[in-house]
Amino acid sequence: MKTLEEIHKIKEEKRKELELRVHTDLDTREKHILVCHGTGCTSSKSIEILENFKNIIKEKNIKNVRVVKTGCFGLCAKGPIVIIRPEDTFYANCKPEDCEEIIQTHIVEGNKVERLLCKDIDGKIVNSLDELNFYKKQKRIALKNCGVINPEDIDEYIAFDGYMALEKVLKNMSQDEVIDEIKKSGLRGRGGAGFPTGQKWELTKNVDSEQKYVVCNADEGDPGAFMDRSILEGDPHCVLEAMIIAGYSIGANKGYIYVRAEYPIAVQRLQTAIDQAKEYGILGKNIFESGFDFDIEIRLGAGAFVCGEETALLESIEGRRGHPRVKPPYPAQSGLWGKPTLINNVETYANITKIIINGADWYNKIGTKNSKGTKVFALGGNVNNTGLVEVPMGTTLREIVYDIGGGIPNNREFKAAQTGGPSGGCIPKEHLDTPIDYESLKEIGSMMGSGGLIVMDDTKCMVSLAKFYLDFTVSESCGKCTPCRIGTKRMHEILEKICNGDGTEIDIIRLEKLALNVKDSSICGLGQSAPNPVLSTLKYFREEYKEHVTYKQCRSKECKNLAQIEIDASKCKGCGICQKNCPVNSIEGEGREIRKINQDKCIKCGTCLTKCPFNAIK
Amino acid sequence: MEELVNITIDNQKITVPKGTTILEASKKAGIDIPTLCFLKDINEIGDCRMCIVQVEGKRGFATSCIQKVEEGMVIKTHTPEIIEARHVMLDLIISNHDKDCLTCTRMGNCELQQLAAKFNIQSLEFSGERKEHPIDNLSPAIIRDPNKCILCRRCVAVCKNIQKIGAIDCSNRGFESSISTSYNKSLKDTNCVYCGQCIQACPTSALREKETIDDVWAKLKDPDTYVVVQTAPAVRVALGEEFEMPIGTNVTGKMVTALKRLGFDKVFDTNTGADFTIMEEANEFIERFNENNNIPMITSCCPGWIRYIEINYPELTPHLSSCKSPHEMLGSLIRTYYAKKENIDPEKIFVVSVMPCIAKKYERQRNELSNNGLFDVDCVITTRELARMIKHANIRFDNLEDSEFDNPLGMSTGAAAIFGTTGGVMEAALRTAQDILTGKDLDKIDFEQVRGEKGIKKATVNINGKDIKTVVASGLGNAQKIMEEIKSGEADYQFVEIMACPGGCIMGGGQPIKNSTTRAEIDIRKLRSDALYSIDEKSNIRKSHENPVLKKVYEEFLETPGSYRAEKLLHTTHGKNI
Repeated sequence: MKTLEEIHKIKEEKRKELELRVHTDLDTREKHILVCHGTGCTSSKSIEILENFKNIIKEKNIKNVRVVKTGCFGLCAKGPIVIIRPEDTFYANCKPEDCEEIIQTHIVEGNKVERLLCKDIDGKIVNSLDELNFYKKQKRIALKNCGVINPEDIDEYIAFDGYMALEKVLKNMSQDEVIDEIKKSGLRGRGGAGFPTGQKWELTKNVDSEQKYVVCNADEGDPGAFMDRSILEGDPHCVLEAMIIAGYSIGANKGYIYVRAEYPIAVQRLQTAIDQAKEYGILGKNIFESGFDFDIEIRLGAGAFVCGEETALLESIEGRRGHPRVKPPYPAQSGLWGKPTLINNVETYANITKIIINGADWYNKIGTKNSKGTKVFALGGNVNNTGLVEVPMGTTLREIVYDIGGGIPNNREFKAAQTGGPSGGCIPKEHLDTPIDYESLKEIGSMMGSGGLIVMDDTKCMVSLAKFYLDFTVSESCGKCTPCRIGTKRMHEILEKICNGDGTEIDIIRLEKLALNVKDSSICGLGQSAPNPVLSTLKYFREEYKEHVTYKQCRSKECKNLAQIEIDASKCKGCGICQKNCPVNSIEGEGREIRKINQDKCIKCGTCLTKCPFNAIK
Repeated sequence: MEELVNITIDNQKITVPKGTTILEASKKAGIDIPTLCFLKDINEIGDCRMCIVQVEGKRGFATSCIQKVEEGMVIKTHTPEIIEARHVMLDLIISNHDKDCLTCTRMGNCELQQLAAKFNIQSLEFSGERKEHPIDNLSPAIIRDPNKCILCRRCVAVCKNIQKIGAIDCSNRGFESSISTSYNKSLKDTNCVYCGQCIQACPTSALREKETIDDVWAKLKDPDTYVVVQTAPAVRVALGEEFEMPIGTNVTGKMVTALKRLGFDKVFDTNTGADFTIMEEANEFIERFNENNNIPMITSCCPGWIRYIEINYPELTPHLSSCKSPHEMLGSLIRTYYAKKENIDPEKIFVVSVMPCIAKKYERQRNELSNNGLFDVDCVITTRELARMIKHANIRFDNLEDSEFDNPLGMSTGAAAIFGTTGGVMEAALRTAQDILTGKDLDKIDFEQVRGEKGIKKATVNINGKDIKTVVASGLGNAQKIMEEIKSGEADYQFVEIMACPGGCIMGGGQPIKNSTTRAEIDIRKLRSDALYSIDEKSNIRKSHENPVLKKVYEEFLETPGSYRAEKLLHTTHGKNI
């Protein structure tokens, strides 16, 4: 149990110690070696790297060096990442065996290990984080502490203003004042739908009930999305703090964090954070002697995508099968065990403390007219810099893909980007300059979603893409309502038919009709958004669908049944490698002759494509 | 005062009480909205999406079976968009349904089929893969056929929420979903008690009785077999419904005529068996009450209930009356008393019971319900199956003349008639018990406290200065409450009547199936129950012990209630046959 005075003292002392983490020009003999311990880097041995550093420092008895585990830095493609502060040196793709050299050369001798320094897309060596194009257009609010503090140390969180927002709220603000502040900030739900957060809090507060609940939706299920995971892994306390503030504002004393069991690191750090907060008296009875009690429990999800839907999530917390409820009533009226319940997503909570500390006006100035603040995206697919990016609302897709993401690998053309994962839609080239916010994404047939952002180059078949996402929703549909249970299956079957070359014009019309009806008739967000990949590809790439059904062609050759594999006679050198590797002996020609594919025999397996040393096969 | 809200439905302004659903409000405005998964008060989950409507200013469709009206709401129920969406939903449901309608027991009484007709589905726009599931036909009473299932979950709701059994639920997800038992075992290996309420709830024939009509036809064809039929009290007030007659019509006379036309050698009445049950049960109760032996005594007529207590409260089975159920008693007497009297070889007799019940199919094959190696009853068919036989024989039921049950086992009292409804067994037993205890022929024979729709009814009856506390429960969810009271020792009842089906046998799993609209609009239980009370009221004899047949059979054969022979033929044991 700590008094406020004691917490203030921790803040003051700890901050001094950690100043070098945020000031690159600090004149100090201290050095902090930060080793990323997000899921990505730990699966590439960053735990071993951290241990190695510690052992070497101990062995060599080096003073003034501290090794710190941190959350994600964002540039996962360069992981495992090691950053040395205060000078901000960025070592990329480190291996456990590199530790010795880093300690010797960098720490002991004061020289940089050139070969490990991070290089930008243009090949330029990057001396510090700030120089990287990847970070230049980013603005870190939700991810502010990720990669800066040790997520398993509450003192480090406190050093960077942790739990000060809570103090401000409990000591100086009424429930309505907090809600007003959130409303004024313009913050909207980051889970995907974008409902105004302050309004949600107000609705829940206004329902009269002895018992209310605060729930954190950490059931991040979009394939390729890991925004919430990174926040929980890098800065778990900021979510706890926001939940306590939410509890105070709406009149709830109990919170649940519903997090998927597939996020073991996030779960462990959350539990550590909860334990530490309890130890400090920040969770529990009479927080900061305000008379306000609040407690948080973790509930593990078994990984069903539908449990990210708020009402299915509530069912799951209550111990039942994750089936969505029909809304209304909304959780604000009747949520967990029938009580008014506030559910926000992890990233939404991660913005709260910053709004309280810096004020709604500060937040309000970031972003566009109707979408304030920043949004974290998990950038993936055919883009050079894959990883986690946080940008102000209104940043264009072009900026994200080209400036931050470093463009498309292998000099290929940008074809489309999918936002919102399987629930979202694709955005074609002509909309690259659309400023990203809730409304404009919706206007062009996509959605913000929780933040998955997959970039696709011109080798992607858009019909196959729709099929790929439908494949996901078919297997993740809970089966409760007709349109989602059977409708998505039928859509998938039609797409399969088209990709196999058996489709007709009528199939496209049927597909569109079905998609629209599934969208309108489904009970929950899963079914309502499942047709989006189909509808948006139909909107922007209808030509490709037509080519599939009319000319039986797939321009990107992804649909194997439609692709005709041919050998470019001008490039073929007659080496015969393709012939040797063809499993069905469909390639003809002898000696140094230019080879030819017998289309009747070819099974379009694509082996020859990958084996040809001269790129002569297409 | 009730708060009212003003709404507009299809340009019609109406005022309805707050809390009304859009579906109910539409009904009041005379507008019909199709439903499929909706079953009033039982399943209101909005899964099938047939009842979708548009609410002005709201995104997407609203679910009319759940969503409540709000002041000023403007609702559209039949725009082209809605009609198309409903059509697509129905198309999808049918695309994953076994469409063998011509060979389906629910042909003509299938809610899916009725909707398909309404929506003029002539071909499917969205056909595709159909899930094929094995059929569970291993239980003696219920067939579970997931290929007919449309996942409306009405069966799940009634089993889990009303009966509190939970033998079935949804397993797997998405397109793989099916209604299943745990580990997809056969129903016979689960805690299912065969009440058949799931069959009543099912809009298709995914759940249906195990039909045994063919066994009956085979015996009727065999000249060497003496085929005797008996019909339960509740059958006669429901059978007419299968022939388009109003709910609650008493068709006893036509039923007997039809049975005779079908070729049964004798048509006896289970009501006579019920009179025997009362004689035995009332005497057993008085004896146990006086000795304070396993009090409260609980009725044992309902086989679903027996299986329920044996599975869930085996330690309380000594509280059960040892009486066999009425049709088993009658079956036993047919094979002994009647066979001897008519000089028929008991082995040549085939006893068919027509029952409103699914669980009776299970009960009849319990080993202890037999005598000298012969089951008391050879075959149980439901009210629905009898109707099928009558239709099959091309008998115009509504045109039939009335006839009387055969003697001697066809005469019964008003007390027996009300056996078919919740509270009836209790009332009949009290009529006899009070006469025996007081030694008088008392005029007070109506026990209003144990009548009516409530799931649990308590009444204290004073006989000879002694208070007898009774409780009547129907529906196993209610039975569970009483059992918990008894188990914890907080109950001080002396006599308990339990029927597994909510409302009693008239609402049994073997009765005519009514669609969800009828169930929502008409109080079927009341109409059928009123018919039974009316039979009772019109009866000349309304107390079981005054039935002259009983007097005769006791004199000639059984001696007294509870005698050695009565014990052997009319009583049984419970608790060993799970």
